[in-house]
Amino acid sequence: MAASITHRVTGMMLAGGMLLLVWWLVAAASGPDAYAVFARVAGHPVGQVVLFGLLWALAFHLLNGVRHLAWDLGYGFKMSTARLTAALVYAASVLIAAGAFAVGMIVRGGLGL
Amino acid sequence: MKDTRLRTPLGRVEGLGSARAGTNHFWQQRLTAVALVPLSVWFVASALAYVGAEQGAVAAFFAEPAEAILMFLFIVAAVHHMSLGLQMIIEDYVHQEGAKMTLLVLNRFACWGIGAAAGFALLKLAVGAPA
Repeated sequence: MAASITHRVTGMMLAGGMLLLVWWLVAAASGPDAYAVFARVAGHPVGQVVLFGLLWALAFHLLNGVRHLAWDLGYGFKMSTARLTAALVYAASVLIAAGAFAVGMIVRGGLGL
Repeated sequence: MKDTRLRTPLGRVEGLGSARAGTNHFWQQRLTAVALVPLSVWFVASALAYVGAEQGAVAAFFAEPAEAILMFLFIVAAVHHMSLGLQMIIEDYVHQEGAKMTLLVLNRFACWGIGAAAGFALLKLAVGAPA
């Protein structure tokens, strides 16, 4: 199933995201100037695309991870159930990522709300 | 079980397998996964609240004991989970023994190097002198 390889790909995306997390923390710990550089990159359209991708990767990896944990406990193994939960994970991860990104834009004042 | 006749009784009882690690990797990965469900939701919610914020506001956030502790737990769980996951990918796709061993070592070094950098920055934010 595609969800299996997507789980790995999103896991690797999140590993890359950890580098950005470190940059964020180190920048915050280094002072206003270093933080301004991070904020400028994060606010750039390319940075925004990357951040949206990471939000989606995290949402997918988390939801599909819960799916895996359910399997570990013996639930959801029926083929039809597994297909349904995979589709749900794909759909929900996109919705959650879009929702979270919208919240971020509102916090930033980018939606004019 | 007929097909276990080549394993010694001791080996079967220990259940450690050829890598001498047993189910430790499996267990650690599930343990960190369970921890990361609430921790990563907390992290994203917190980070979203500080989109576009000044450095001082972010520093003040991590100066709060509860936030610093949660962030510390998030970093440790995420780094450990990341190192286990990347290790599994290396073991699945790299079959040349030397390359595999090199990558497995580099993986651990890189993951915990990242963790140390994040942890030190967090420590500075949590207990450092106010800017």
